[in-house]
Amino acid sequence: MAVPRFWREIPNRYNLVGARCGNCNKILFPPRSICPFCRRMGKLEPYRLKRKGKVFSYTVVHVAAEGFEDQVPYVLAIIELEDGPSLTAQITDCNPDEVKIGDEVEMVFRRMGEESQDGVIYYGFKGRLIKP
Amino acid sequence: MDVGIVGYGVYIPRYRIRVDEIAKVWGENPERVKCGLLVEEKSVPGPDEDTATIAVEAARNAVKQAGIDPQDIGAIYIGSESHPYAVKPTATIVAEAIEATPDLTAADYEFACKAGTAAIQTCMGLVEAGMIKYGMAIGSDTAQGAPGDALEYTAAAGGGAFIVGKNGSETLAAIEGTYSYTTDTPDFWRRDMRPYPRHGGRFTGKPAYYKHVLSAANGLLRQLQLTPQDFAYAVFHQPNGKFPLHAAKELGFSREQAAPGLLTPTIGNTYSGSTMIGLAAVLDQAKPGDRLLAVSYGSGAGSDAFSIVVRDGIEDKRDAAPKVLDYVNQKVYIDYPIYAKFRRLLVK
Repeated sequence: MAVPRFWREIPNRYNLVGARCGNCNKILFPPRSICPFCRRMGKLEPYRLKRKGKVFSYTVVHVAAEGFEDQVPYVLAIIELEDGPSLTAQITDCNPDEVKIGDEVEMVFRRMGEESQDGVIYYGFKGRLIKP
Repeated sequence: MDVGIVGYGVYIPRYRIRVDEIAKVWGENPERVKCGLLVEEKSVPGPDEDTATIAVEAARNAVKQAGIDPQDIGAIYIGSESHPYAVKPTATIVAEAIEATPDLTAADYEFACKAGTAAIQTCMGLVEAGMIKYGMAIGSDTAQGAPGDALEYTAAAGGGAFIVGKNGSETLAAIEGTYSYTTDTPDFWRRDMRPYPRHGGRFTGKPAYYKHVLSAANGLLRQLQLTPQDFAYAVFHQPNGKFPLHAAKELGFSREQAAPGLLTPTIGNTYSGSTMIGLAAVLDQAKPGDRLLAVSYGSGAGSDAFSIVVRDGIEDKRDAAPKVLDYVNQKVYIDYPIYAKFRRLLVK
């Protein structure tokens, strides 16, 4: 990922800043510049989503993507956020057997990867199970 | 002095490695190590954690507990000896992640294990001068200890964040005074481009830790005309379990005053986080009116001492974020091979 692209997405990646349409009140993540429901009538504004959600579905990754080799087996989940939108994120700090569909998660700030050993470090969100 | 603590937060990674597990690898007697250092286990950062992520978790907890608008934070200083970048501030990452940007000043501090308390003093000055409304001081580290070195038993990870503001209805504790003691004492260092620090062994004790901690504490007691009996708790920098208890005794504090803020036996030495987490642990249980002493120590060397008086506001605020013991008790043990992988000790 190029540095400018990462930098542009910092509000989304660090703080789950999406968009809310002032016309239909729908919340979108990642943010868009045009509301897919209202089109030209839409009035999109930045909106910070709450960091809570639920596991909608998940998979356990054994053959990792580049940069994640040291973390296998890890859980990649679709998380349905309280505000509505779903997103795909790794569930961190867990053993794959601990995760179940419907589990409550909070979105936390973690290291996502790095460009190279002397390159920029990418930070962003991962899910973490909320223990009762 | 008219400044106080508006909120605080901590974070400790959930992974732990026992002293027995490390001793087994290096052929040492674990009971001797445990008895010598008074440490049972230490925290280990996960593979996706570093000083910045730990600082963000602690800072978010502090903002949550303080109940303030992060846009009112006028300064963020982060003390660490394991900043993720050699050049590129950790403070900007944290400021962005707690939505305190862009109208604030920020910088990274480095003074071995006391850079976090130096940040508290900077924030106190800025608040007292009326330059900022709130200042955030963080101590956060993923400490490095060379494999096989005595430091490997204690070098841990964790962080604490304190929000400083003018005394008022929102402060949960007033800082009534601070005193520092600093000399050039090379007891522990890490040279540029080197992955692990080196230390002077026994030299880190008497002329380094004890001299600075005792001098700073005595200086503060003299300045404020207080005695150990005036304090409910005393927290000291805790490179191991032994040094802080011994320092407490030398100063005339009882074990009961020193024990609640002593976390090294269960989480190890969190370096810049050490005194901050110890202070947070004591604030987690202190009653309004209690007076606390906190003395940090940074190799190189210096100590910052603080006298803090707990106010009524603490009882409304402290349940808003996870407490120190919540993190201490939430743990997963790992063995040495996993530890070696997490700490990137393996050559591929």
